[in-house]
Amino acid sequence: MSAVLVAIMVIPFAASLACWWAPAGLAKALTLTAGVATFGLAVGLVSSGRVATALSGWLRVDSLSLVFLLAVGFLYTSTAVFTIGYVRPSGDPLDAARYSRRFFSGLNLFAWAMAMAPLVNGLALLWVAIEVTTVISALLVAIDDTDGAIEAAWKYVLIASMGLSIALLATLVMYYAGTSALGSSYELFYPKLLGAAHGFPPEVVRLSFGLAVLGFGTKMGLVPVHTWLPDAHSEAPTPISALLSGAVLTISFYAILRFYQVTVRAVGPAFPRDVLLVFGLASLVLAALYLASQRDLKRLLAYSSVEHMGILAIGMSFSAPVAVVGVLLHVLAHAAAKSTAFFGAGSVIRKFGTKELDRVRGGVGALPWSGPMLLLAVLALSAMPPFGIFRSEFLIVEGGLRSSATALAAVLVALVTIAFLGISWYASQTMLTPLPDGVLRGETSNWMVGSMAIGLGALVLLGVHPPAQLSELLARAASELGTTR
Amino acid sequence: MSALTAAVSSQSTITDAAEAVAILVLLSEFAMLRAALSRSQVRLYAFQSLSVSALAVIVAATRHIGDLYVLAGLSLVLKVIIVPAIVLRLLREVEGDLAGSHRLGVASMVLLAIALSVFGIFVVGTMPIHSKSLPVLAFAVAAAVILVAFLLVIVRSDVVSQAVGFFSLENGVSVASLVLAAGLPLIAEVAFLFDLLVAVVVFGVLMRVHHGRTSTLSTRTLERLRG
Repeated sequence: MSAVLVAIMVIPFAASLACWWAPAGLAKALTLTAGVATFGLAVGLVSSGRVATALSGWLRVDSLSLVFLLAVGFLYTSTAVFTIGYVRPSGDPLDAARYSRRFFSGLNLFAWAMAMAPLVNGLALLWVAIEVTTVISALLVAIDDTDGAIEAAWKYVLIASMGLSIALLATLVMYYAGTSALGSSYELFYPKLLGAAHGFPPEVVRLSFGLAVLGFGTKMGLVPVHTWLPDAHSEAPTPISALLSGAVLTISFYAILRFYQVTVRAVGPAFPRDVLLVFGLASLVLAALYLASQRDLKRLLAYSSVEHMGILAIGMSFSAPVAVVGVLLHVLAHAAAKSTAFFGAGSVIRKFGTKELDRVRGGVGALPWSGPMLLLAVLALSAMPPFGIFRSEFLIVEGGLRSSATALAAVLVALVTIAFLGISWYASQTMLTPLPDGVLRGETSNWMVGSMAIGLGALVLLGVHPPAQLSELLARAASELGTTR
Repeated sequence: MSALTAAVSSQSTITDAAEAVAILVLLSEFAMLRAALSRSQVRLYAFQSLSVSALAVIVAATRHIGDLYVLAGLSLVLKVIIVPAIVLRLLREVEGDLAGSHRLGVASMVLLAIALSVFGIFVVGTMPIHSKSLPVLAFAVAAAVILVAFLLVIVRSDVVSQAVGFFSLENGVSVASLVLAAGLPLIAEVAFLFDLLVAVVVFGVLMRVHHGRTSTLSTRTLERLRG
């Protein structure tokens, strides 16, 4: 088992180094291989059902971290497939070679940092991994070197880093809370913290949790600290947008869940749920409103991410365990759906040469495969059956009704419906209108189409019949979060 | 008896010294807020980092934590020498220091900063936090530094001030870490510092690229993405 964890730690990093020297063709093959290997190893861990540790406890994967490792591994693979079609030689061959080298090396390094976050054991290293994802992805956001990209990258690195400083403060406060039970010098390993959490001073733990939600919430895109998110998602190259939305946001949510785990044991569930409810509702309300008035295709998807992060936070505020299972399923389904939608948006932007919604017409006519698949991805994001998000949001609402939070569950459904109206209006305007003259019918790259097919396949699988081992994993992870106690 | 008195009085001298250094950290944050020139902001940051390292040495000596000497040394090299050197070099290359990027008048800015500091100090005072390594005032000061650093980033519209604001925010967190987590394993502390170094490099790259595109360090051109 421990060899698997070390392999997941080494493979993307080695791929990143190799891509720096490899020619473009080899770099593509290496990236895809590393993605498939990472995802395959994570899937292999699912069946064991046990906690895996390595490197004398510094790496540790339990059911909760495995859910997020699966999301990262899946996105790594599908993004690698998309990127093979996305990065094309154009213009000066020297510049193109340099761009492709930076892009593939950076992409692998980014995936490595994201895989490290659920892999490491302890709040301190978790923070380090998440901060590393910030700095690497800021450079990747800026890689196209346009005015918009530089502005977005600057706002992103500044706002996210400052948010993460607050998260670091939260980590230190949690460390202080632990000193009363664990002595003045100890590692912030999860099992140790969870074992002793009931003896932590409650006020200090509350302070830590509040700071953690504010700090990691900045990176997760919770309103009102989401302001970097639409800019970075819209200006970054499409593969990076997909990774930011599907993996970076959820990894930050994972960090909040790790604090949640300790806080629930120290002060009971009421306080953490209230905090998450406030941030979640604010995110959902604001995102639903912004989704109704967008001019930019990728900003539209970015606000949809804010919406889904809000749903995750609200889901955690319901006390029924079924809601938590729904939240964890939502993490996986959202990763698949949002990346598919971004890949589709990438094809549209390549085809029409713009991301302004007013200037894209006849998408389904122009793109015979990715057009309809983008529409399906949008339907999946709006929780239509038979896709995974339908199942996960259904579980979350069911959890709300079971925890007698009926009014809240109704508000959740209403806001999700408003968001659906906004996003589906723009989707039909751009995709289901007649094709204007002068736009040729045809796909720009089969790889880009393939990446969308992978995402939709996963969504149907999660929606229609999730594998039994996955359901067991989600149930175990929910109980690790302390919801069944 | 006299030995006991001496011990108590040396203890209180150390406490006084620690409090004085902590207050120096906050005062340099105020000075950064109002400094007109980017270059003086960077020097103030170096001074602030030096004070933080001094604080780490005080904790290391009083609590006999050997690891903290290492940490103080590393943070001295990184935050007093390397980071300011990187930013000052950038400033020399772009020529023409940017003066007066304040969005608010100095008086209102300082008043706001005082209000934030008082708020931070009082809020922290209500928390049941007692540290063996440093007076709790140091933690209150850390909270004030963090709040004023946010103000600095908000009211100054040039990339150097904003970067320095972030770095000094990190100094505030370092002071908090000395109060709350003096025993934190060295490996975690070194990882934090390494992260800061990577962040500084990325900030530097982006500042350079920004200047290359717009020939200015002002952030007033960075206002296109909205809504």
